This record gives sequence, structure tokens and C-alpha cells, in this order.
Amino acid sequence: MSFFRKLKDKISTQTDQMTEKFKSGMSKTRESFTTKLNDLVAKYRKVDEDFFEELEEILISADVGVETVMTLIEELEMEVKRQNIQEPEKVKEVISEKLVDIYYDGDDASVEHLTMSESGLSIILVVGVNGVGKTTTIGKLAHRLKEEGKSVMLAAGDTFRAGAIEQLEVWGERAGVEVIKQSEGSDPAAVIYDGIQAAKSRGVDVLLCDTAGRLQNKVNLMNELAKVKKVISREVDGAPHETLLVLDATTGQNALNQAKTFKEATDVSGIVLTKLDGTAKGGIVLAIRREMDIPVKFVGLGEQMTDLQPFDAHQFVYGLFGDLIKE
Amino acid sequence: MAFEGLADRLQSTIKKITGKGKVTEQDVKEMAREIRLALLEADVNFKVVKDLIKRIRERAVGQEVMDSLTPGQQVIKVVREELTDLMGTEQSKIAVSQKPPTVIMMVGLQGAGKTTSTGKLANLLRKSYNRNPLLVAADIYRPAAIDQLKTLGKQLDMDVFSLGTDVSPVEIAKQGIEKAKENHHDYVIIDTAGRLHVDEDLMGELKQIKETVSPDEIFLVVDAMTGQDAVNVAENFNNDLEITGVILTKLDGDTRGGAALSIKAVTGKPIKFAGMGEKLDQLEVFHPDRMASRILGMGDVLSLIEKAETQYDEKKAKEMEKKMKEMSFTFEDFLEQMDQVKSMGPLDEIMNMLPGANKMKGMKNIQVDDKQLSHIEAIIQSMTKEERVNPNIINASRKKRIAQGSGTSVSQVNRLIKQFNDMKKMMKQMMGGGKKGKKKGLSFPFM
Ligand SMILES: Nc1nc2c(ncn2[C@@H]2O[C@H](COP(=O)(O)OP(=O)(O)OP(=O)(O)O)[C@@H](O)[C@H]2O)c(=O)[nH]1
Ligand SMILES: Nc1nc2c(ncn2[C@@H]2O[C@H](COP(=O)(O)OP(=O)(O)OP(=O)(O)O)[C@@H](O)[C@H]2O)c(=O)[nH]1
Ligand SMILES: [Mg+2]
Ligand SMILES: [Mg+2]
Repeated sequence: MSFFRKLKDKISTQTDQMTEKFKSGMSKTRESFTTKLNDLVAKYRKVDEDFFEELEEILISADVGVETVMTLIEELEMEVKRQNIQEPEKVKEVISEKLVDIYYDGDDASVEHLTMSESGLSIILVVGVNGVGKTTTIGKLAHRLKEEGKSVMLAAGDTFRAGAIEQLEVWGERAGVEVIKQSEGSDPAAVIYDGIQAAKSRGVDVLLCDTAGRLQNKVNLMNELAKVKKVISREVDGAPHETLLVLDATTGQNALNQAKTFKEATDVSGIVLTKLDGTAKGGIVLAIRREMDIPVKFVGLGEQMTDLQPFDAHQFVYGLFGDLIKE
Repeated sequence: MAFEGLADRLQSTIKKITGKGKVTEQDVKEMAREIRLALLEADVNFKVVKDLIKRIRERAVGQEVMDSLTPGQQVIKVVREELTDLMGTEQSKIAVSQKPPTVIMMVGLQGAGKTTSTGKLANLLRKSYNRNPLLVAADIYRPAAIDQLKTLGKQLDMDVFSLGTDVSPVEIAKQGIEKAKENHHDYVIIDTAGRLHVDEDLMGELKQIKETVSPDEIFLVVDAMTGQDAVNVAENFNNDLEITGVILTKLDGDTRGGAALSIKAVTGKPIKFAGMGEKLDQLEVFHPDRMASRILGMGDVLSLIEKAETQYDEKKAKEMEKKMKEMSFTFEDFLEQMDQVKSMGPLDEIMNMLPGANKMKGMKNIQVDDKQLSHIEAIIQSMTKEERVNPNIINASRKKRIAQGSGTSVSQVNRLIKQFNDMKKMMKQMMGGGKKGKKKGLSFPFM
């Protein structure tokens, strides 16, 4: 079966609604990438050095990252030689296959699920650099989990940034969930501790912990985060069940440093890629997956409560190549 | 994962041409590849990179190899000059309206740092220019955006104008300026909501605010970590609003910040300020030349080279280099060099500028202790001329004498001699004279 057929089958088994949401949210990303790829294919009659050079540029412009792109192009060149491919049209298929490959590496698990405690309280810790969308993601996630029938509570662990607690409270109201907080400037670990105690005594299913944004090169702040995590692990067996690193799709190569350092400090279990509703492509998650093996679990597609969708590499690639597949 | 800087990337190519008289076309071609990769890894937009490489190639070919610089340094110099040219000169002036209040509007993508920068800018205006700004909360969309600005206002003890979230941002901006006139504020800074550059409705709203209040400055606030998309963002905001300048935030991180170059290239608008932290006093004047070095990821090799060039005369530098290579570098030279080095600026800064220094174990995050420095000086000054030139003769009794004379201990003297010998070896390596071996954790005597 051809790759595209497989891809199509895969997607048709998922709810149309979800695919639509993902597609429309990503339309800008898709348009620019697909248009470029189509232009490329139309422009070249032969698969030659220039073709690969331009393909390289397309991938670079999607922030995939120099190293990953170089490797990808090398592999493609080899594949093209091996299969003796002459027409650019055919290369498209190989390209998409390669992109999905980076993601799944043979394993065909489709949607990356959140890990939850078998019974009792699950804790999700949300971390990341400044302004990427942590608090917003928590609001969206609270809504989502509630829709799934879970009881949710939020802990206002960002005690530093002006208005951070109020912001989380607004999200708590919107999602209809309780927010545990202390005053601005208090110890984040203490707030999280309070949150855990409250969640336990109320018998809540999921506690979502907000944290202040911090740049990964600030050693003190990273230690503070490690401490917060320790408190969580100490209070609940197996917690945090997820440590989600929020990455802004607009971010370039620095996202690699972010992933590496946050992983070291908090053992990140998954990524939420936000702001994919813009024109930025967030290609860096491919490099992160390749180099650090951290999966993307959700994507942020806007500022509203419902603008959070599970990540799915097939859909991601479908998003990029959707128009080509329809042809 | 730390990306290699340009200097590191060029190492192997440089080795090949060391000793040649001229930089050939082939040399440049090889280097161009490395330069391209370094710039792309720094997030400079690929189109901007393409143009740059073209110009660099034209300029670099056929250049005489100067005595004072290695050919590699010379190419780096060309690259940096091109980048610095593109970045432009320092421009940190803020407009002053003939008819107060002067109106500043902050715009940009979500989470870029507009609200924080609004507070920082207000702080700067008051502190450095003795102004009395009014902050206007025109973000009615983001949850608690008004609370955030109000909190900043409280921290600064400054007035914040707001009308809640049910009044249109255009109206808020308009009334804010009325209010400023009434209360004799000479500046108004309008904080607007973050928005995507492709969101036509919200971009339209900004245009409307602009038409209504005719701002004297429109600052586009951009996150320094932005990748390839920076050109689209900057281009769209500039086309729609004709921005007057850029504030680059989060430069206190470890991003290379190639976006700076991209933004300048597509808009031609100056980057005026740099956000260097979350606190309200962490807004600095933006230095385009430093940014160029940062993008190249080489600390500040060139300014070190430039400083060195002005500090030493050519002949002396050559002599020193020869000495380092031959390992005939003495405590005498060291003392002299220490003076030179001291006149060049803070030591840790200089260490950061040294190419390759950041690669050596133990050289990262070095902290130079000035007190130790004076100890070292005292120790060397207590040596006889003969001892300085030939440290090998310093035996136990001499050590004791030196320690006494300098008010230090024998173990301090021992440590200095050992570190001095290590340093000699390292210098030899750095001057390209040494064999490529494994580098031990070395440290300078004064660290
Ligand atoms: N367009 C778009 N905007 C988003 C998305 N996610 C978050 N935002 C916006 O990004 C801005 C920052 O979001 P926050 O949730 O405050 O980010 P944060 O990481 O909590 O920020 P700090 O706590 O200050 O570090 C807000 O204006 C959000 O509305 C998204 O998926 N798409
Ligand atoms: N480290 C660092 N953090 C910064 C800097 N400037 C802003 N921030 C942080 O970045 C995050 C977002 O800043 P905001 O000022 O809320 O950004 P904004 O552009 O107003 O965001 P929206 O209104 O949601 O679009 C906050 O956590 C700030 O503390 C900076 O220069 N350095
Ligand atoms: Mg937050
Ligand atoms: Mg804001």
C-alpha cells in the first residue's frame, strides 16, 4: 500500500471533526509549506542538486534545524539514488515518509496519550520558558479533562510574574475548576504542596500545576523547579505523572536547548507545541524527537479554551501535505 | 547541544590555510559553508543568510593575510563587519513630541514581552529622562492583562489608565491620552494585546488605534528566541503599522538571537532596546555590534582582536606570539601581559572573548578574583629578574623568600608556578603551535 493511502486510511479512522479542527488551525502552516513544496516540484523537472538545495531551504525555513535537515537530505539523496527516482513528484512521497519516520521510528502508536494514575490523584506539572503559553495551556487542558469527565484542580505555582495568579484564576473560572493559590511572592513549592493536599482531601482526579516561566540558563530558577518536582514526587507515588514542556512554535533552534535543560531538571515526559495557528511551523520538534526522544502530546491552535488538540504525527504531516494527498 | 560558534566551526579550514599568504577562493568557499551553517543555527533567516554569504565571499577572496591575525580570524572579521554593517549603529533615542504627551505604542505577537517592556520603558523614561509616563491598558483580551499592568504600575508607583474589558482598545487609547493631558503626563505608553501578524481583524484594530492617537513611536516587541518566522512577523507588522523601532526581549537567555539580523534586514528599522530579564530595571540599550558577535557565537573575538591590536604594537605582539609558541614565555612577560590585559577590561570578559576558551574544560563560567590577581602580582614582583625568566631555578628556599616578600604562602607560590606552566602549554595550543591532544582542565593562575 502506498504511503499516502496508509496516511489517508489512518486519518479517516479518526473523527472528522478533530481532523478538521487540526487542519483549519494549521491551515497557515500547511499552506506555506505545501505551496512551497508544490512550487518546488513544479519548477524542477529533474531531481538534481539544485532540487535538494531548495528542499533543504524549505525545511530550514520550517525551523526543522540544520542538523536534522542535513541528515534528512542525505538520507533522501541516498533513497532517491537507490530507487532511481527521476521525477520530483515521486520524491514528495519519500519526504513525507521520512518526516513521519522521525516521529514514529517504526512504532505506529497514533495519538500520544497523557499518562494518568491508575487510581487516585494524577499530577501534571507544566514547565517552560517565559511567555510560551503554559498558563493558557493549563486552562485549555483543564477544560479538556473536565469534558472527559474528570475532576480537575489548578495550583498557581507562578508566584513571581505580575498578574500570573489572577490569570490562572480567570482560566479556573472559565473551565469551572478550583484554583489553589497563595499570595504573590510566596514559595512555589509551598503552593504546590498546598495544591496537592487540597486535591487529596477533595478527592480530585487531576491536579494541574502552573509554574513561572524561566529561561533554561538560569541555574537558580531551574533548581527551584527541580525542588517543586521533588515535592510532588514525595507527596504522591509516581507523580508527577506528566511533566509537560510548553514550546512556542515561533521559537527557533533555542528550543533544543530548552528541551535538553528542562529534561535534565524535571525529566520532561512530553511537549505541548503552542501558537501553531500562526505562520511558524514548529519544525524544531522533529529535531527534539530525533535527538531527545521527547514526544509532542498536544498542540495549541489559538487563545480559546477549545484550541488544544492532541498531536498526531500523521495528522501533522497530513497538515503539511494535505493538498498533495488530495491530488 | 550547545551550537558551535563560527570560530569553532572554522577551526579545521583555518588550519589548512595557516601559513599561506593569501586567502584563496577555495578557502573562502569552504568557509562560506561553515559560515552559512553557523548563521542558520543562530536562527538568521535563510534568505538573509544567502545575501550575506554572497557579499562575504566577494569581499574575502584575495585578501592579504595580515600578520596580526590568523587567516581564520581575518575571515571572521569580514563576516562580523558585514553583520555589524547590517545591524547598523546604536540608536536608542526615544521620540519626543513637540506637543506633549509623546505617545508610544507597543505591539507584537503573543507572549513576546510587551506588557513587561511597557513597565520597563516607563521606568527608563522616568529614571534616565526624568519623565512622568502614564501606562494605558489596552489589552482587553488576555485574561488578567489589565491586572498585570496594574501590578507593574504599583511596583513602579506609576499611574495606569484602564477602562476594563468592555470598552474597545481604540477608545481606551483615546481616553488614555485625554487623561494624560489632564494630569500632565509627558509620555503615554499603550500596552496592546498580543496578536498574530496574519490576524486581519486584530491587525486592523491596531491600525485604528494608530490612526486615532497618532503615536510618535510604535515599538515592535520581539522575542529573541524567534526562529525563521521572524521575517514574516516583522514584515507584516511593519507593512501594516510602519513601526519606528524594535525591542528585543529575553536576551538574557542563551539564544544566539539571529532573529535580530532578520528583523533589521527586512524592516530596516533599528532595534533600540534589549530586554535582559524579567525585572523592571532590566532594559538595556541595544548594541548592534555585540549582537553581531553573539550571533556568530564566538564571544567577542573580534573586539578582543581589535583591542589587542590597539594595545600592543604589531612587533611586540609578534614577539609575544613567538614566545608563546616556543614556550619561552616568562613571568616577566606575564607581568607585562597582565598589565596589558588589565587595561583591556574586566578579565572574565576577556576570557569569554578568547576563541576556543569556552571549549576547554574548566574555562566555562570562570570567575576572576581580583584579590587573587593582586596576590599574583605581588608574588611575581617578589621574584628576582633571573627567577622570572627562568622559573625552574625557584627552589624551596627561594619559594620561602618569595612567599615572605609577597605576603603570601609557599603553597600559593607553588600553585602559581604550576598554573603558570600549565598556562604556557595551553597558550601554545591556542596559538596553533601545539599538537592536537586532549585538553586538560587548565586554569589561569589568576583564576
Ligand atoms: N495564538 C496563540 N496564542 C497563544 C497560544 N497559547 C497561548 N497563547 C497566548 O500567548 C500569550 C502567553 O500565554 P501564557 O499562557 O500567559 O504564557 P506563559 O507561558 O504562562 O507565560 P509566563 O507565565 O509569563 O511565562 C497569551 O497572550 C496567550 O493568549 C496558542 O496556541 N495560539
Ligand atoms: N527573562 C526574560 N523574561 C522576559 C523578558 N521580557 C519579558 N519577559 C517575560 O516574558 C513573559 C511574557 O511577558 P509579557 O510582558 O506578559 O508579554 P506580552 O507580550 O505582554 O504577552 P501578551 O500580552 O500575552 O501578548 C513574562 O513571563 C515576562 O516576565 C526579558 O527580557 N527577559
Ligand atoms: Mg504563566
Ligand atoms: Mg501583555
